[in-house]
Amino acid sequence: MATSSNDRPALLDIAEVSKSFGPVEVLRSVSLQVAKGEVVTIIGPSGSGKTTLLRCVNFLESYDSGSIRIDGKEVGFRDGGARQRRSERDLAAMRAETGMVFQGFNLFPHLTAAGNIMLGLAKVRGKSKTEARSIAEHWLGRVGLAHKADSLPAELSGGQQQRVGIARAVAMEPKILLLDEITSALDPELVGEVLAVVKSLAEDGMTMVMVTHEIAFARDASSRIVFMADGGVSAVGPPKEVLAAETTNERLRTFLARFRASQF
Amino acid sequence: MGYTLNFNLIWRHFDKLSGGLLLSLELAVISIAIGIVIGLVLAVWYVSAGRVVRGVIAAYVEFIRNVPLILLVYLVFYGLPTVVDIAYSAQTSFVATLALYSGAYLVEVFRSGLEAVPRGQIDAGKAIGLTPWQRLIHVRLPTMMRITLPALSNTFISLFKDTSVASVISVPELTYGAQWINFNTFRIVEVYLVVTAMYLLTGYALLFALRLVERWYRTAR
Repeated sequence: MATSSNDRPALLDIAEVSKSFGPVEVLRSVSLQVAKGEVVTIIGPSGSGKTTLLRCVNFLESYDSGSIRIDGKEVGFRDGGARQRRSERDLAAMRAETGMVFQGFNLFPHLTAAGNIMLGLAKVRGKSKTEARSIAEHWLGRVGLAHKADSLPAELSGGQQQRVGIARAVAMEPKILLLDEITSALDPELVGEVLAVVKSLAEDGMTMVMVTHEIAFARDASSRIVFMADGGVSAVGPPKEVLAAETTNERLRTFLARFRASQF
Repeated sequence: MGYTLNFNLIWRHFDKLSGGLLLSLELAVISIAIGIVIGLVLAVWYVSAGRVVRGVIAAYVEFIRNVPLILLVYLVFYGLPTVVDIAYSAQTSFVATLALYSGAYLVEVFRSGLEAVPRGQIDAGKAIGLTPWQRLIHVRLPTMMRITLPALSNTFISLFKDTSVASVISVPELTYGAQWINFNTFRIVEVYLVVTAMYLLTGYALLFALRLVERWYRTAR
């Protein structure tokens, strides 16, 4: 079994995954291992395949070749190497093991903050309504929104909606949390409150893979940074190492230069 | 012009109109209820089906939408029993026709609603591990309802008015009642004034009730 940089067995094992949208190759033999408790951030220019890679991990996107395993179990295809897509029922069960937070929040608009969190708990985890409610309240408290339990998404700010989105994902107690540019759609003054929640989850030992444009956050909060370019992993390692690699990595240098320029 | 309005004869036969209105509403409610079932089932089927099924459903919708309702009513009431050996009352025949008719319109309303459910919500449903059926029940249909309710209200009102076509096969609904009074009293202006007012008021009442439902649905929690 593949191991991650610090020699613990990988919880998430992405091995040589490739994917094309028509003639465009968006992922070129990407490999990445993430150990339990690690926080891995993926940075890179738009179109480098970051989001697609993340969406492959819970099979919101299929991939053409390679394999993605969580806890040793192949995600989208049946075990045995025949590349036979799992049944919808199996896929649903597999997806329940990963949590995902989206750039556009994607809360269910007809359900309250608590209702958004309770849906998966009740329908997927089989919790009773009271149990689901108390779990929802617990997590809403964790993200600082205990008082918004009965608000509809339309009544919440973007930052609040995204915190509900995070609560909805973590309440399912996933093995791994996928965060897809979760602050990109937020007004700048709301970014901090969302990142604070992510940081506190990291401190709790939640395994996370996060696609982000927040380089400073990636540097401070992650165990490793993955720099993706043109559908491949261009650099990977501890934050300081990767960010220092700009002296030797042309594409990383261009990316970071553009990023710094955009900060003014 | 020496015509003086005289409503006395209308009031004397008002039971034809009040009873007619009740029957109109009954026809509308039963037909629409069946139409909703047809519309929902076919719309859900359509958005997940292959080309053949889509083609068949589209053909049904196109056929109904391009043939005048009155012709469909004649076809089902006079045409069908002459070809196949079945017998039914004019009322049953009309309900069946209007149900098929409303079904075709509602397929379109529900289908466009289902297709308008944002991709991200379906992704979110998948991401928490809901099965396709659970996503339909708990994510897609509730969102579809919010999207389609205004269009749905308009369709319902329109279908209510379409019950007047039942008068051509002597179903004693409101328009038939008006014709009856007209033939028996020759008070054509008065009777149609009253009946127009009755359709108008009922239509408004329905619209008002449906708007309340819409508002309730938007804010229900």
